[in-house]
Amino acid sequence: MGRILSFRNVRASSPDAAAGRASPPGSGRRPDDSAPALSAAEAQRFRALVLPHLDAAYGFARFLSRDATLAEDIVQDAFLKAYRGFAGFRGGDPRAWLFAIVRTTFLSTTRGRTTWADPEATEAIPSEADTPEAALLRQGEAASVRGAIEALPEPFREALVLRELEELSYRQIAEVTSAPIGTVMSRLARARQMLLAALREEGEP
Amino acid sequence: MSACPDNSHLIHAFLDGELDAANTEAFETHLKTCAGCAAELAALQALRARIAAPGVATPAPEALRGRIEAMIAAETAPAPRRRAVSLPAVLPWGLSGAFAAVAASLAVVATLPATAGLEDQLVADHVRSTLALHLVDVATSDRHTVKPWFNGKLDFAPPVADLAAQGFPLVGGRLDYLDDRVVAALVYRRNKHVINLFVRPLRPALRLPVANASRHGYSLLRWTEGGLEFWAVSDVEPGDLAAFHRAFAARPGALGTP
Repeated sequence: MGRILSFRNVRASSPDAAAGRASPPGSGRRPDDSAPALSAAEAQRFRALVLPHLDAAYGFARFLSRDATLAEDIVQDAFLKAYRGFAGFRGGDPRAWLFAIVRTTFLSTTRGRTTWADPEATEAIPSEADTPEAALLRQGEAASVRGAIEALPEPFREALVLRELEELSYRQIAEVTSAPIGTVMSRLARARQMLLAALREEGEP
Repeated sequence: MSACPDNSHLIHAFLDGELDAANTEAFETHLKTCAGCAAELAALQALRARIAAPGVATPAPEALRGRIEAMIAAETAPAPRRRAVSLPAVLPWGLSGAFAAVAASLAVVATLPATAGLEDQLVADHVRSTLALHLVDVATSDRHTVKPWFNGKLDFAPPVADLAAQGFPLVGGRLDYLDDRVVAALVYRRNKHVINLFVRPLRPALRLPVANASRHGYSLLRWTEGGLEFWAVSDVEPGDLAAFHRAFAARPGALGTP
């Protein structure tokens, strides 16, 4: 539990937290000095291709960060990066492209604020605040499913959310998470088993 | 009850539609004879249904959507400035409010092949706005808020009127794009329907009569007033759109709306 909880505490108490939110990486640049502004036509294309995936991006960030406020910051920063890097988008599924940016943003946002460097290291350390037992105390079936997903260790949670909620293919999940397809399959299978077990326990008090 | 060890990954790939046809068929055959795998599959399908239930995924807060919209607007180069259309310069062409109302009641029906591409764009803009992606940048029924909001964002001043009394309440305004140019979009409601009123400077060569058209079930109505071109787009009945035009043309202070 320690690492994730301490991360939350750091975020809540650090004086950097507010400053970090106000100026996410890259946003200090003014559009008129270094980043060439996109044309109105490109903006329209971005609105049509990328903006429809805002809810999905937020859902992904929310499950990654397990924090509603942090998820907003991550998504806002990710959209800024996506917009500035839109010229580099070479077709394909804009969701997978956007999710990869959200994930990178999440990792870079949390790296500076927590002691966890290797996301794999958290595999065996689910957050105490989000154990199935805690989830049980919340109201409603959806909340308990959400809580059980949030209690999954990060790589498993990520694979499960990308597959079940965002409906990405194995290949797309592999691209977004920079993992081999075989690893994606193992994580997904493991994630589902853990989730089934957690929800089953919950169903048998 | 659990799956056969050899098939534990196959079950997931099968559930996720990631197996090729031959393996899908083979696994379906296996399922008929293996109670363990069948039970496991049923459990995974039930889990999927629980995850897909409403309330598990959280939609993005509206405030976040607004901040991202603002970010896009701030990061976007202003459209190349063309000849600014100022109201006094176009006054001689303008129709008086009363005359515009008469013109509206005549509502000449015409087909405008030259504007076909434009009509498709208008419908696309309208549909996009109603998908709740980007209905309004400034949400208010107060025309005194909407009108100044456009200042500095456009090189013309769109007239703004609240027509709630006529059954067309003003919802707000936003910037949109037509022919790669930033235009004003005023958003009105008619019962549950949205009416987008796109406003842009009139190109002198395009002084066409009031015209209506329909595209993919959407109605469009075009008119001009005071050097500006108006396109109303909605899924309301064409008659409602004509009534909207009459109400707009007859607004208090038409053509010099403060």
